[in-house]
Amino acid sequence: MINYLVRRLLYAVPILIGVNLLTFWLFFMVNTPDDIARMHLGRQHQKHVSMAAIQQWKIAHGYDLPIFYNPSRNGIGHLTDTLFAEKSLAMFAMDFGAADDGSDIATEIRTRMGPSLMIAVPAFLLGLWTNLSLALMMVWFRTSWQDRLGVAAATMLMSISSLFFIIGGQYLFAREWCWVPVSGFEPGLDGWRFVLLPVLVSVLAGIGRGSRWYRSVFLEEIGKDYVRTARSKGLSEARILFVHVLRNGLIPVLTTTVAVIPLLFMGSLLTESFFGIPGLGAYVVEALQGEDFAVVRSMVFIGSLLYVLGLILTDIAYSVADPRVRLS
Amino acid sequence: MMGWQPVVLWSDAAFWLILGLTGMLIWRTRASARDAWGRLFSMPAGAAATVVLLAFLAVAMLDSMHFHARLPGVPVRYDVTVRSVLDVILQPLVAVPEKTYSAPLASRLFTRIQTTDAHGLPVREFAMLNIVRLHPARPDLPVRAALRSVLTGMMVFLAGWWLFGRTGKQPVSALFAMLAATAVLVSAVVFCVQVVGHLHVLGTDKVGQDVLYEALKSIRTDLLFGLLATLLTLPLGVAFGMTSGYFGGWLDDLIQYVYTVMNSIPDILLIAAVVLLMQGYIETHAARFDTAAARADIRLLLLCLILGVTSWTGLCRVLRAETLKLRELDYVHAARAFGVSHARVLIRHILPNLGHLILITLVMDFSGLVLTEAVLTYLGLGVDASMASWGNMINAAELELARDPVVWWPLAGAFCLMFALVLSANIFADSVQIAFDPLGRRA
Repeated sequence: MINYLVRRLLYAVPILIGVNLLTFWLFFMVNTPDDIARMHLGRQHQKHVSMAAIQQWKIAHGYDLPIFYNPSRNGIGHLTDTLFAEKSLAMFAMDFGAADDGSDIATEIRTRMGPSLMIAVPAFLLGLWTNLSLALMMVWFRTSWQDRLGVAAATMLMSISSLFFIIGGQYLFAREWCWVPVSGFEPGLDGWRFVLLPVLVSVLAGIGRGSRWYRSVFLEEIGKDYVRTARSKGLSEARILFVHVLRNGLIPVLTTTVAVIPLLFMGSLLTESFFGIPGLGAYVVEALQGEDFAVVRSMVFIGSLLYVLGLILTDIAYSVADPRVRLS
Repeated sequence: MMGWQPVVLWSDAAFWLILGLTGMLIWRTRASARDAWGRLFSMPAGAAATVVLLAFLAVAMLDSMHFHARLPGVPVRYDVTVRSVLDVILQPLVAVPEKTYSAPLASRLFTRIQTTDAHGLPVREFAMLNIVRLHPARPDLPVRAALRSVLTGMMVFLAGWWLFGRTGKQPVSALFAMLAATAVLVSAVVFCVQVVGHLHVLGTDKVGQDVLYEALKSIRTDLLFGLLATLLTLPLGVAFGMTSGYFGGWLDDLIQYVYTVMNSIPDILLIAAVVLLMQGYIETHAARFDTAAARADIRLLLLCLILGVTSWTGLCRVLRAETLKLRELDYVHAARAFGVSHARVLIRHILPNLGHLILITLVMDFSGLVLTEAVLTYLGLGVDASMASWGNMINAAELELARDPVVWWPLAGAFCLMFALVLSANIFADSVQIAFDPLGRRA
C-alpha cells in the first residue's frame, strides 16, 4: 500500500511538470511578456505604446528577465535568474509571486479558500445525497411511468444552462420573495443566509446530470446475477435495492466523486461571481476579466495539482471500497 | 431589379463544409447504418427531437447565406453591410424600430418617455409603439392569430397522418410524435407570421430592437459554435485514440501522458487561458481583420478551434478502449497476416467499427458545448459582444431582472430557444445512443 502510494505520488511529478511546461509555453512563449505589457498599457488608453514604457512595465512586474538562460549572471544564476525559474518552477515551492495589483497570490489563495469551501462542501454533500436518493427512487419505480417521468424531468433540468438557475434563483428567492440576501458573504456561522441560496442553486443545477448517471449505474447493477440470486432467496425488493445494489453501485459513484473532492477548493466560477462570494472561483473570474495572467497561471497550477491529488484518492477509494481491487 | 453580390464569411465556409461532409458521410454509410437510423426514427422522442433540430438547422442555414445588397442608382454599387437571407425574411421584425423596452404583444412602451401631446405640449407618457401607430390592427389580433395557428397546426397534423399513416414505415407512436413536433413548429411560425408587422411577439429590448429577431439570430451563432467545436475534437481525438489503442507501447504511454496533462488542467481554466492569449493576439494584430464583423467572425472560429483542441480527451479515451478490443479480433489478425499495412488496417478495418462510438460521443458533446457558449460569454471569454448569441442576451438580462418593474422577456426569449435546442439535442443524443449502440451502457 505505502509502496504503491509512493509510486503514484512520483507518477504525479511528470504530470505536474507537463502542466508547468504547457502553461509556461502558453503564457511566456506564445504570448510574450512584451505582448502582455502592451496589452495592459494599451488598456490605459495609450494608443502607441513606446518601447520604454513596455520596458518599465516589465521591470515593475518582474518580467524583465531572459526566458531560459541569463548570461549576465554567474554560476547557478545563469539558470535561476530567468523567467522560467522565477515564474514557473517557483510554483512547485508554492511561491506564486505577486498579482498585477501587487498583492501576494499565495496569501490571497489561502484567505479565499475558506469562503469557497463554505459553498462547495455543502453543495457537494447535499447534491450527492439528493442525486442518490432521486436515482434510487427512479430505480425503485423502474419501467413504470414514475421512472419515465423522472428521467424526462432530469433531462429537462440538464438542458437548462446553470446561468438560468442562478439568475432565476436570485430573482425569485432574493428579489421577489426576499428570503435571503441577493449577494454577499460573511464568515462564520452567521453567514448561513448568504450560503443558502448559492448551495441550493448549485444542487439544483447538478440534479439532472447526476441523478441520470446514478440511475444508469444502479440499473446496470440490478441486472446482475447476484440480484437474481438474492431475489430467489426471497429477500425483499427494498432490501435488495437499498443494501445490495446500493453498496455495489456505490463503487463507480465513489470513484467519480472522490476525484472531485480536492477540486472543491477551487470553488465555482459562476456561483461565486454571481453571489459575490469572495472565494477562489470569483478570484479567477476577476483575474480573467482584468487579464491578470499571473493569477490565472497560478490557479491553473493549483487546479492541476488538486486534480492529480483526486486521481490518487480515487485509487485509494477504489481499493477500500472494492476488495477485488488490489493496489500493486 | 434588386441585385446582390454573395459574401462568404469564414464561418459560413466552415458551416457549409461541415454540412456537406456530414451529408456525404450519411450517404456513404447509408447501407450499413440503415437499421440504426430506422431504430432512431421509430423512437417517439428521437423522431420528434430530430424534427426540432432540423428546424434549428434550417434557420442557421438561412442565416449562413450572406450577401451585399445592390444599392439603387445607375453605376452598380453594393451596400457595405453584410446581410443574410434570414435578415431578409425577418425584415418585418426590424423594419419599425422602437424607442426602448416594450412587453411582448404590448401596444405601448414599457417605460415613460418624453413626447408631445396633441397641442404640442411636452408630456411624459407610455407612448404608443411605432409599429402599432404605423400598422394598426384589431385589438383581438393575438387571439385570432392564436386560434388560426392552432387550426393550421391541427390541419398539418391530420394531413401528415393521412399521408404517412398508411405506409406503416414507422410505429404509430413515433409518427405521432414527429407530426406533433412538426405541427407545434408550424403553428408557432403561423402565429408569428400573422402578428409580426403589427406587434412585437417577444417585445423589444433596451434599444428598441425586437427580441424575437435577436433570439432567432442567435441560433446560427450557438449552433455553429456547438457543431464546429464538437467536430474539431475529431482529428486529435480519433488520431490519438486509435494510435494509442492500436500500437500500444511507448506511443500509448506518450499519448496517455499528454492526455492526463490536458485533463488535469480544469477545463474552463485551460479554455480561459487560451482565449486570453487569443484576445491578445487579435488585439495586437488588429490590422489583419479589417471590419468589426470580420473580427467577431474570426473570434468565433478561433473559439471553436480552442474548444476542439482542449476537449478531445473524452473522445480519445473512448476510442482507445474500443481499439484495444478491436485489434485483438480475428479479422484484424487475418488482415495483418495477409500483409496489409498498419495504416490500411487502421483505416479499413478499425475506423469503420469505431463509427458509431464517434457519432455517439460527438452528439453527446454537442449540447454541452452550446451551454458552454453562454458560460464563456458571461465570463467575457465567449463570442464577440456585437454578435447575437444567447450568452450575450443572458448577460444583458442580468441587469434587466434587477429593474423594477422587472423586464423578463429578453431572458425568457433566450431561455425558450436555448432550452428547445439543448433539450432536443439531449434527447437526440440519448436516442442516437440507443439506436446505434443497442447493447452499450448508457449514462
